[in-house]
Amino acid sequence: MEHIVIIGNGISGVTAARHIRKLSNKKITIISAETDYFFSRTALMYIYMGHMKFEHTKPYEDWFWKKNNIELKNGYVKTIDTVSKTLQFAEGDNMPYDKLIIATGSKPNKFGWAGQDLNGVMGMYHKQDLDTLEKHAPNNKMCKRAVIVGGGLIGIELAEMLNSRNIPVTFLVRESSFWNGVLPENESQMINRHIKNHHIDLRLSTNLKEIISDENGKVKSIIIEETGEEIFCDVVGLTAGVSPNIDFLKNSNIETNRGVKVNRFLETNIPDVYAIGDCAEQHEGINQRKPIEAVWYTGRMMGETIAQTICGNRIQYNPGHWFNSAKFLDIEYQTYGWVFGNKAKPDYEQHFHWKHEDDTKCITVAYHKETNEFLGINTFGIRMRHETFNTWLTEKRDVNYVIEHLKEANFEPEFYKTFESDILSAYKNQLQIV
Amino acid sequence: MSNKLNHSMSLAKPEANDLSSKQKIAVFIGVVGLFILTLALLNINFPNKTLFLTLSLGCIAAGTVIFTNDLYLTKLEGIKNDGVWFKSISSKGVLGWVTGIVLTLFYIVLYFYPSLLGLGQKGESNTGLIALFDPLSQLLSGRPASQWFVYGTLYTLAILVFGYKFMLKYRHNKYQQLRTASVMFFQLAFAFLIPEFMYRLNSDLPYYDLKSIWPLNYYNFERYRINQFIDAGDIGLALLIFGVVSIFIITPILTYKYGKRWYCSWVCGCGGLAETVGDPFRQLSDKRQVAWKIERWVIHSVLVFVVLMTTAVIYSYLGKDSSKYWLTRDVFLGLVAGFLTLIFALTLIFKRKELGKDAIYGAIGYLVIIITLIGLHYFSSGSKLFLFKSETLRTTYAFLIGSIFSGVIGTGFYPIFGSRVWCRFGCPMAAVLGFQQRMFSKFRITTNGGQCISCGNCSTYCEMGIDVRAYAQKGENIVRSSCVGCGICSAVCPRGVLKLENDTMKGRINPTEILLGNDVDLMDFINNK
Repeated sequence: MEHIVIIGNGISGVTAARHIRKLSNKKITIISAETDYFFSRTALMYIYMGHMKFEHTKPYEDWFWKKNNIELKNGYVKTIDTVSKTLQFAEGDNMPYDKLIIATGSKPNKFGWAGQDLNGVMGMYHKQDLDTLEKHAPNNKMCKRAVIVGGGLIGIELAEMLNSRNIPVTFLVRESSFWNGVLPENESQMINRHIKNHHIDLRLSTNLKEIISDENGKVKSIIIEETGEEIFCDVVGLTAGVSPNIDFLKNSNIETNRGVKVNRFLETNIPDVYAIGDCAEQHEGINQRKPIEAVWYTGRMMGETIAQTICGNRIQYNPGHWFNSAKFLDIEYQTYGWVFGNKAKPDYEQHFHWKHEDDTKCITVAYHKETNEFLGINTFGIRMRHETFNTWLTEKRDVNYVIEHLKEANFEPEFYKTFESDILSAYKNQLQIV
Repeated sequence: MSNKLNHSMSLAKPEANDLSSKQKIAVFIGVVGLFILTLALLNINFPNKTLFLTLSLGCIAAGTVIFTNDLYLTKLEGIKNDGVWFKSISSKGVLGWVTGIVLTLFYIVLYFYPSLLGLGQKGESNTGLIALFDPLSQLLSGRPASQWFVYGTLYTLAILVFGYKFMLKYRHNKYQQLRTASVMFFQLAFAFLIPEFMYRLNSDLPYYDLKSIWPLNYYNFERYRINQFIDAGDIGLALLIFGVVSIFIITPILTYKYGKRWYCSWVCGCGGLAETVGDPFRQLSDKRQVAWKIERWVIHSVLVFVVLMTTAVIYSYLGKDSSKYWLTRDVFLGLVAGFLTLIFALTLIFKRKELGKDAIYGAIGYLVIIITLIGLHYFSSGSKLFLFKSETLRTTYAFLIGSIFSGVIGTGFYPIFGSRVWCRFGCPMAAVLGFQQRMFSKFRITTNGGQCISCGNCSTYCEMGIDVRAYAQKGENIVRSSCVGCGICSAVCPRGVLKLENDTMKGRINPTEILLGNDVDLMDFINNK
């Protein structure tokens, strides 16, 4: 019986395993050094906030794996011998494989800051990071202030986490406005105001110079690059993005760049070795996507796809229309299709922006300047329907159609106030002004 | 267990009792109100009962309101679940257990030893706690209070003040606000005030909470009530007819259009308490698959029990002579058997594919039992139907289900098993509505394409113990008989994935393998296989 070994028990690896099991009775082993069972990484923040316990973040009960004949191994893969098709574990044992799927995800970026390895300095990605945070920041007596470095999705989640325990937070963001490498300016600025409303000390256009140690090798303070200001703190969160977690492949024959290089079939340069999820790097991005997509949803899609290939139906990874979501403190964010921020915006892309007066809801609709084709939408504080936008993007609807039919995409709970008519009249006004 | 206790009391965890000074004052006021009740319970005879009763209930209400205002109005609108699993009261810590035990003991006294609460025996006047409520009862209905009046008053007060708390907690959520206003209204008007006024207008009428429908109201068709209804003239007869219409006509129509939520989380008193007082405990419901399996057997067994019991009770007082009244024992039994067989046949003919194997076996088993028992009647005679005396069935049901299950376990165990134990495992009304919701209703919870991140907030906060995430992460709509449509899964979802909807029956159940967002060809290939 063919033995499929999957390194990594995150959403990518587990989705692959589940789908392979549905399609075949191959022997499947999932390896992880992080946790015994699959849990939802995106839910780690809710454990620290007290919304859930770790148990609740496991999407499948523990009996699920045995019932579906998926073997779980707790171990750290040290090296891969692709010639003899064997994995060597740090614990000393070996495991042969017939086909190998690398799904090891990401690790937090560290850019060589002085003091980045001190006690009390951490990323927020692995279960172990959560344990470290719990140790260093259990409450606002043990942790009088925390500094977060890096204004992305994990940074703002870490800020929300610490805020839930009334720990004062200083949030250093390199960009001139929160996440404006991705978000259009109006949206980004609305989120700036929302962060400040939560009494988070947001510092824009601010870089970390170094982290200062106390006499015990624990973080004492940080220094800001631009002003030289020293901020005393007990915890430093490094959340300046993530990169593929593939250091253990350095000495193998598997071709890597920033991530594991794969073709459209998610195959590496070595036969019978595949890579999916955050750690995979396409030779070139697909449909305006980046070559490395560190997103929950794409990890899942690659898992769905690779299972087909492994089970004899060799197909390309061919993701549909881009979508994503996040939550910025109390404001939910969804995006369908492409809406670019100022930096990456193509010349042909034009935006229509609407914001509610309460400053917690807004939308941005992107369309083609010449053809009026609808390109994508960002929505903040208003839930919209994935399926509807997916259809409109496939049908290449024009922007007028989308705004006039926005009601069909409404996914808000019943009895909620709706804003489609406000949006429509704002849109018409804007056209008249132009 | 000791592990859990340590968890919520651990010094390394955030301080659970981090109260502001305003909150401390609010606690003080509320405890003064409770203390007056305790003194009354200890048989202190207050000189001016009206004053002290007002003071007590007023303090409890004021304390809760002040506490709530300080808790929620000082923060921005949004989900307020911070620290739920650190607080002793809401994570089965010491406070949770103490509260659970005190509530349980209170229910045991209330149901079985009302004299301890001060209920006057053999025509004597009330003393103690019940006497404290005499002025209010006199004001409303012109008679002294009973243990049920005291319970009803405290129950209503609890729904009102904790309803207020819930509305502030979800002040960004219109659905939650309307729903809560609805249960507060139905409790205050239908369960509390109207029956008292009805008594004042026509003291022959039995106590009738119009929203309490058979089989939840299992005693509605008992002999003494039927006699009272008939003796009370036209209005009594109208109420009796309303009782029959509500379960056989009104309920099916509303459940078809809106799902069982129209009742369970908008109208029902048990649901009302669970949604307000019980809200801090909703996350304690058991999410394991084994709990779901037990739930299915227990709740449907209770339904079978109540059907048998009610049939036997009605049978016992019907006549045999069709020339006196058309509804004789034989006609009645024929109607019951015919109705059950019809439902069974229709379900198997039209919905066979939607049923699991165990559901079909269970249904066949129960039908055989009921029809056999009814058949036995034709071969036996006397007062025994179904091998037992109807009176034995009635008292057993009233004790086991009516008192122990719905009261002692259902509410007393809130802080241990969560707030909907009765609704989930025991309520026969929920079983009827749930059956229809699963088979024949426009209601479902829609999943938003591929947006689920499997975080588990929805499952954790489902008071009915539904593993919502199991559906959401497959992009599948949630169509479950137990769902009461409280809408909290949708509210706590950080990605806007869940929406309660009434839509067409077609495509309501939509299992998928590959989620929206992936290769269109692959999705078609797998999902339509």
